[in-house]
Amino acid sequence: MNAVLTAKDFATSQEVRWCPGCGDYAILKAVTKTLADVGARPETTAFISGIGCASRFPYYVETYGFHTIHGRAPAIGTGLKLANPELDVWVVTGDGDGLSIGGNHLLHALRRNVGLKILLFNNEIYGLTKGQYSPTSRVGTRSPSTPGGSVDAPVSPGQFVLGAGGRFFARGIDTDKAGLCDVLEQAHAFDGAALIEIFQNCIVYNEDVFADFTDRKTAVDQQLYVKHGEPMLFGADGEKGIRFNTGAFTLDVIDAKANPHQVLVHDETNKAIASMLVDLKAPMVLGVIYQDPADSYETSWYAARSNGLKRSSSVADVLRSTNTWTVT
Amino acid sequence: MESIVVRLAGDSGDGVQLMGSQFIASTALSGKDFATFPDYPAEIRAPVGTTFGVSAYQMNLGAERITTAGDKPDVLVAFNPAALRVSLPILDEGALLIVNNDSFTPRNLTKAGYEKDPRETGELDSYQVVSVDVSHLNLEAVKPFGMSKSDGGRCKNFWSLGLLMWMFDRDLAAVEKWINAKFAKQEVVRDANVAALHSGHAYGETAELSEALPRFDVSKAALPAGEYRGITGSEALSLGLAAAGELADKPIVFCSYPITPASQLLHRLSRLGDLGVGTFQAEDEIAAICAAIGASYGGSIGVTSSSGPGIALKTEAMGLAVNAELPLVIVNSQRGGPSTGLPTKTEQSDLYQAVYGRNADTPVPVLAARSAGDCFATAIEAVRIALRHMTPVILLSDGYLANAAEPWLIPDMGEFEPIESNPAPAADNARDTQSLVFDRDPKTQGRPWITPGMPDLMHRLGGIEKDIDTGHISYDPENHQRMTDMRAAKVESVANFIPDQAMELGPDEGELLVVGWGSTFGPIYQAVREIRESHANVSYTHLRYLSPLPKNLKTLLAGFNQVLVPEMNMGQLSTVLRDKLDANPVPFTKVTGQPFMISELVAQCRSMLPPAMVAAAVPAKKGKAQ
Repeated sequence: MNAVLTAKDFATSQEVRWCPGCGDYAILKAVTKTLADVGARPETTAFISGIGCASRFPYYVETYGFHTIHGRAPAIGTGLKLANPELDVWVVTGDGDGLSIGGNHLLHALRRNVGLKILLFNNEIYGLTKGQYSPTSRVGTRSPSTPGGSVDAPVSPGQFVLGAGGRFFARGIDTDKAGLCDVLEQAHAFDGAALIEIFQNCIVYNEDVFADFTDRKTAVDQQLYVKHGEPMLFGADGEKGIRFNTGAFTLDVIDAKANPHQVLVHDETNKAIASMLVDLKAPMVLGVIYQDPADSYETSWYAARSNGLKRSSSVADVLRSTNTWTVT
Repeated sequence: MESIVVRLAGDSGDGVQLMGSQFIASTALSGKDFATFPDYPAEIRAPVGTTFGVSAYQMNLGAERITTAGDKPDVLVAFNPAALRVSLPILDEGALLIVNNDSFTPRNLTKAGYEKDPRETGELDSYQVVSVDVSHLNLEAVKPFGMSKSDGGRCKNFWSLGLLMWMFDRDLAAVEKWINAKFAKQEVVRDANVAALHSGHAYGETAELSEALPRFDVSKAALPAGEYRGITGSEALSLGLAAAGELADKPIVFCSYPITPASQLLHRLSRLGDLGVGTFQAEDEIAAICAAIGASYGGSIGVTSSSGPGIALKTEAMGLAVNAELPLVIVNSQRGGPSTGLPTKTEQSDLYQAVYGRNADTPVPVLAARSAGDCFATAIEAVRIALRHMTPVILLSDGYLANAAEPWLIPDMGEFEPIESNPAPAADNARDTQSLVFDRDPKTQGRPWITPGMPDLMHRLGGIEKDIDTGHISYDPENHQRMTDMRAAKVESVANFIPDQAMELGPDEGELLVVGWGSTFGPIYQAVREIRESHANVSYTHLRYLSPLPKNLKTLLAGFNQVLVPEMNMGQLSTVLRDKLDANPVPFTKVTGQPFMISELVAQCRSMLPPAMVAAAVPAKKGKAQ
C-alpha cells in the first residue's frame, strides 16, 4: 500500500525561479495539490515541457520531468506514451510554445487524442524572450517587436482545440485555485488529450491583461463556471443566465430569475454550443467547456497489436520466412 | 558467360520495377548471384511516353561474385521510344535490344524527341535489335478474359517477363505462385497475368524468333556455402533494427515521416510487430525524432529515419538527445541534393551533415552500410553504440542501398553478442537521485538508463546545461567546459570498442590505397580487383565507422604513397580524413545520381600509378568521374 502523499511531497528541492508575483507559482500549487488529491504516484507521473517561462515547470515537481525543446513537448510526450501507456503524462506549454512554434504538434496530439494532459499557460505575451507579442496577443498589442501595435489577429486556444478535433477543453485562472484544481482533476480523469487553457498573469510584460474578468471585485459578473448538467448561471445571486438564441444562432445573456426555463443547461458533449461558449467574452466561460470521450491514441495503437511491444516471433524465423536456397 | 547485365525500361506505369523484382526473385531461386539498380523517375506518373518519365530496372546476373548492378547493359528491354532513347547512350555496342514495336508510333517518337524512327535511320545498326509486337501479342493473350484494352494492356510486363524468363531459362512456377497470391481476389486479373506470362514465354520458343533470340546460360555463382535469401537494403535495415531489439531485449519504436527514398523502412518495420517493433507515422520530421526521443526516454529503443532534407529538420532534436544523454538511432537514406534535389537518385553527400552538421560542439557517432545485406549488421552495431554510450547514432544508407537487392547469406543470430544497456541503479537514500542519474561509466560515458515508471528514481532531464556531478541546472563556465569535454570523450570512446580497420583487398603497405565508404563498395571492389591483376601493390579498405574513425586508420593510410577516395559527393570523406588524420588523399568524385562505373574507377587508379608500373595505361582525367 502506497503512503498517502500531500502537495508538499510533490515539491522538489529546487529553488523556484519565476519572477516574484508570477502567476506560475499559483499554478504550481494547484497542480501539486491536484496530484496529491487524485492519488498520483510520483514514479508513474511525468511532466514534459518545451521552452518558455512555463516550461521550467518540470524542475519544480517531484516526479519524472523532461524540459525539452521549443514547441516539441507534445511529440515527445506522444513517444513516451507509446513506450509506456501506463504513465500519467502532463505537457506544460505556453501560448508561444504551444500555438506558435509547436502549433503543428499540438494540432496532431489533439486530433489523435493522445493521452496527454496539456497545460497551456496563456499570458498573451513572450515572457522569456522579454516581452514580444505572442500568437494570442490582441490586435494592437505594443511590444518590443511591435512598437506601433500588433496587426495580426490572435488565435483562440479553444477554437484551436475544437477545430483540431480535440475532445477535452477547459479553462482556469492561475489564482483561482478551487476552479483550477477542479478542471485539473477532470483532465486527469480523461482518457485522451485534455487541454486546459490557464489564464496566467505575466506581471512583468503583460500585467492585468485578463483583469476585465479576473478582478475579484467584478469576477462574479464576468465569469461563468460551467458544469455538465447544470444551468449556465452567473452573477452574485445567479441572476444572470445564458440562453441559446435559436433565431440568431447566438448565446445571449438573459435575466435568469425572470426566464428560468430559457437558461441553457450545460451539455459538455455538445460541440456546437462549446464553440459558442469559447467565443463569449462577457462573461468569460471557465470550467470544462467540452468533453466527449473516445479511445485514446495509445489505447487504439496497442489494441491494433496482438502482443503490445513484446516479441512473439524470433528474428531467426522471420529472416527465413521468404524464399530461401542453400548453396553447398 | 561470367555475368550479364539486363536493363528493363519503360514508362513509370509499365510495371518494369515489378517485372524486374520478379525476375530477380526467380534468379535467386535458381542459385545465381545478382545485383540490381532500380532507376525510376521522381514523378509518380510522369506524362506517358516522355524521356523524363522513363523508369528502369537494371540487373547484373552472374557466376562470379557480383557486387554492382553492372556498368553497361548487355540486354535492353525497351517498352517505348523514350526508354530506348534514354538507355541507348549507356549500352555497349553489340548489345541486344528488345523493343516493343507497337509503341513506335509517330506520336511516341515525337514525345521521345525522335524526328525519325531510329529503327529505320541506321542508328541501331551496331546493336542486335529484336522488334516484338509486345502490346499486340499481349492483348491477344489476354483477350479470352474480356478485359478492356487498357486493363489488358497492363499485363504486358508479365508478357515481357515471360519472354525474358525463357531467354534466361527460368522456371515460371515461382512467378505464377506470386501472381496467384497477389491477385487472389481479382480472378480476371490473376488469370490474365498468368496467361500473359505463359504467352511471352511461349513466344520465346516459337520458331520465328528463336534464331534471333540468344539463350543465355548464366552458370551457378561461387558463393560461400550456406542458406541464402534475396534482400534489399531496406529489408536488411528493418530486420537489423528488429534484431537489435531482440539482442537488447527491448522494444523498437520507429517514428518516421514519409520521404523518398526512406519511406520503405517505415513500410517494412510496420509489418514487424511480432518482433517487438512499434511504428509511428508522425506529423513531420521534427515530431518523428521527438517521438523517438520520447520513446527512448520511456525505455524503448527510439529510431527515426529520413533523407537529407528531413535530417536537417531533425538537427535541433539531435542536440537534445545528446544533451539529455539518451540513446537514439537516426537513419539517413541519402539522396541527391541540395533542397529537394534528386529524390530518387543516389548520393553520399550528407557526410558533412552527419559528422559536423549541428549547432554547438555536438558530436555524434556515424556509421555507414556498404551493401544491401550489410545494412543488417550495421543497424545492430548502431543500436549497440547508442545503448552502450547513451547517445544518438547516425546510420548512413542511401537511395541505391535502399532499393538494391542481392543474395544474402542468412546470418546465425547466435553469432551476435547480446546488446548491453546501462542498467538503472538501486535507489540510494544517501544520495540525491538527480546525481545518480548521471553516474557515467568512465569507459563509455554512458549514464544509467533510468526511465519513468521506475520507483524512487525520479529526476529531471533537459536541454539546459547541467552540472557534471549533481545533474542540476548549471550555468557555471568551468562546468560547461567539462561537460563539452565529456561529450567529446563519449564519442571518441566509441573507437575503443570497434574493430581495427582491415583491408578488403591487397597488402597493408604499397603504392595506392583506395578508401571507400557506403554503397560505393560494389564498384570499388570490382575495380580494385581488376587493377590488382596487373598491380599487386594497390589495396582497398572500406569504412563502416566514419566518426570516430578506427584508431589504426592513420597508420594504415601512412603505409601507402597515395590514397584515393572515390565518393558520390564533392569530396566529403577526403575532408574528414584531412581534418581528423592529417591525411592528404586524392578525391575522386561523382554526383550524377548514378553509382560509379567500374571502368571509370579503374581508369582513375591507372592514372595515379607510376608510368613504370603501367603496362598499357589508359589516360584518365584526374579528380572527376565522367
